[in-house]
Amino acid sequence: MSPRTFAALLAAILLLAGPARAQLTIEIIGGGANQIPIAVLPFAGESMLPQSITEIIEQDLSRSGRFRAIFVGGVNTPPTEIAQVDFPEWKSRLADAMVIGQAQRLPDGKLEVRFRLLDVIKQSQIGGIAFTLTAAQTRLTAHKIADFIYEKMTGERGVFSTRIAYIVKQGPRYELRVADADGQNAQSILISSEPIMSPAWAPDGTRMAYVSFQNKKPILFVQSLSASKQPAPVANYRGSNSAPAWSPDGKQLAAVLTKDGTSQIYLMSPDGGNLRRLTVSQAIDTEPFFTPDGQSIYFTSDRGGSPQIYRMPASGGEPVRMTFEGDYNVSPRVSPDGKILAYISRVNGRFQLMAMDLESKQIQTLTDGLRDESPSFAPNGRIILYATDIDDRGVLAAVSSDGRFRQRLGIQAADVREPSWGPFLGN
Amino acid sequence: MKKALFSALTVALLYGCASTPVETEKPAASGAEPAQGLPVSPPLAARPGQPAAQIDLSKRSVFYDYDKYIKDEYRPVLQAHGKYLAENRGKKMLIQGNCDERGSREYNIALGQRRAEGVRRMLVLMGATEKQVEPVSLGEEKPRCSDHSEGCWSQNRRSDMLYSGEY
Repeated sequence: MSPRTFAALLAAILLLAGPARAQLTIEIIGGGANQIPIAVLPFAGESMLPQSITEIIEQDLSRSGRFRAIFVGGVNTPPTEIAQVDFPEWKSRLADAMVIGQAQRLPDGKLEVRFRLLDVIKQSQIGGIAFTLTAAQTRLTAHKIADFIYEKMTGERGVFSTRIAYIVKQGPRYELRVADADGQNAQSILISSEPIMSPAWAPDGTRMAYVSFQNKKPILFVQSLSASKQPAPVANYRGSNSAPAWSPDGKQLAAVLTKDGTSQIYLMSPDGGNLRRLTVSQAIDTEPFFTPDGQSIYFTSDRGGSPQIYRMPASGGEPVRMTFEGDYNVSPRVSPDGKILAYISRVNGRFQLMAMDLESKQIQTLTDGLRDESPSFAPNGRIILYATDIDDRGVLAAVSSDGRFRQRLGIQAADVREPSWGPFLGN
Repeated sequence: MKKALFSALTVALLYGCASTPVETEKPAASGAEPAQGLPVSPPLAARPGQPAAQIDLSKRSVFYDYDKYIKDEYRPVLQAHGKYLAENRGKKMLIQGNCDERGSREYNIALGQRRAEGVRRMLVLMGATEKQVEPVSLGEEKPRCSDHSEGCWSQNRRSDMLYSGEY
């Protein structure tokens, strides 16, 4: 099957399977190199679960671009133990790895899912876990199993059980939503008739900073994800209050205020207290972003005549200019390992996602869109989520940080924008 | 400095406005009721030599070239509003700066703020007090026109002046 046919088929399956209303659907564009062929066999007894757990695992792995799902049809009785596995059969189907498992109901009414990841070539077990769960945790359990497999096979941490936030505009209605990393299981955190922008996850994943226009001007909020309504603002000064960014320890919030004139960067506690000014310029200073070590802040400034990216100590101080090519470089985001600077650059009138290797200062163009914006790294640094548009409709897109693998996530008849990828859960 | 700038503006008013039609668009919140006590006289054409106060206060928008500052043609409008605010200390105004859709949303918030701030500065020069005018930005979030074309973008690069009760 060609990648294109597969993508079309996958999109069709997702469209049929997803709830009718406004789930993100995912379309894969292009394939990654060196994909690991893996067979995810149906788990014995999985029909007792509300969703097909192995289907979710297989989709997670395929969508990462690092795996290729091997056809698993024609298996009469799914094996649950290594001794029951017909390894020559899976070798002939060209699988390098395979996943077997079972689901069962425990005496206390809870469910148990156990699985084993097997090396087909060595005919041995790589690892396995048993989970106790409620029916509602099926999807999360599938993502955790996919994370385990991903980490064992690639050596990197998986992000399938993490969450993403994004803004949906549908007619006059704005929503801040949080969904699983695959776009499913979306929940509204905030609904407003005025714009919402710049969602930013707290490092502990329990709170979100964002900008709301409900009072006809940008005001900054920090909301607990478990809260049912909007809390009091953390920054509501004269003028505009925007561009929130968390320090990696979650103890400080950088934001842009205009209370003293032009847009300048300030630091505050997440409750808005202990406010202090960080930049002092006559120019626009905005879009602060902390480095993962918390020592520096990248930001956008037009102090040199055009918007460019600068870096300064997180305590303030003399900024260093980072971008020199072109006259419009904005929206800096640093990868979780601190090695890559992703940003948006205007090239021949197109706004494209760039990646700068911070050591060599080499720049790679990652996308070829017309209006790409708002990049956000996955917590493992492997994927960058960003906003783009197709046929005048805002959609989210993801590109591997080496530029090889891409996918799009869209909602029918709505604009999706400003993605923010949440942290790993349970650090 | 202040005085010199003021007379420069007066010169601009006397000589700059006759040939240039001034936008007569309503503010973004056009559904809102007019502020109480605001003169709603029929529009008067701005003629050379006419006092600023007689320029119609219903003109509430200033438009911009890409990234640029306030064009001369809008100075009579700003002068009229500045004078009105100076004579009506109880009146308050929200200045909303807007941008076209191109580029970073947050950088556009800052650009819109810069535009609104320019209007604020002008109104204060004309006699309004700091307490009466608040410059804010809507960035690219509330476009008046949504096509991806310069004809549309030029309508969205705009500052709107809204009196209390209108927002």
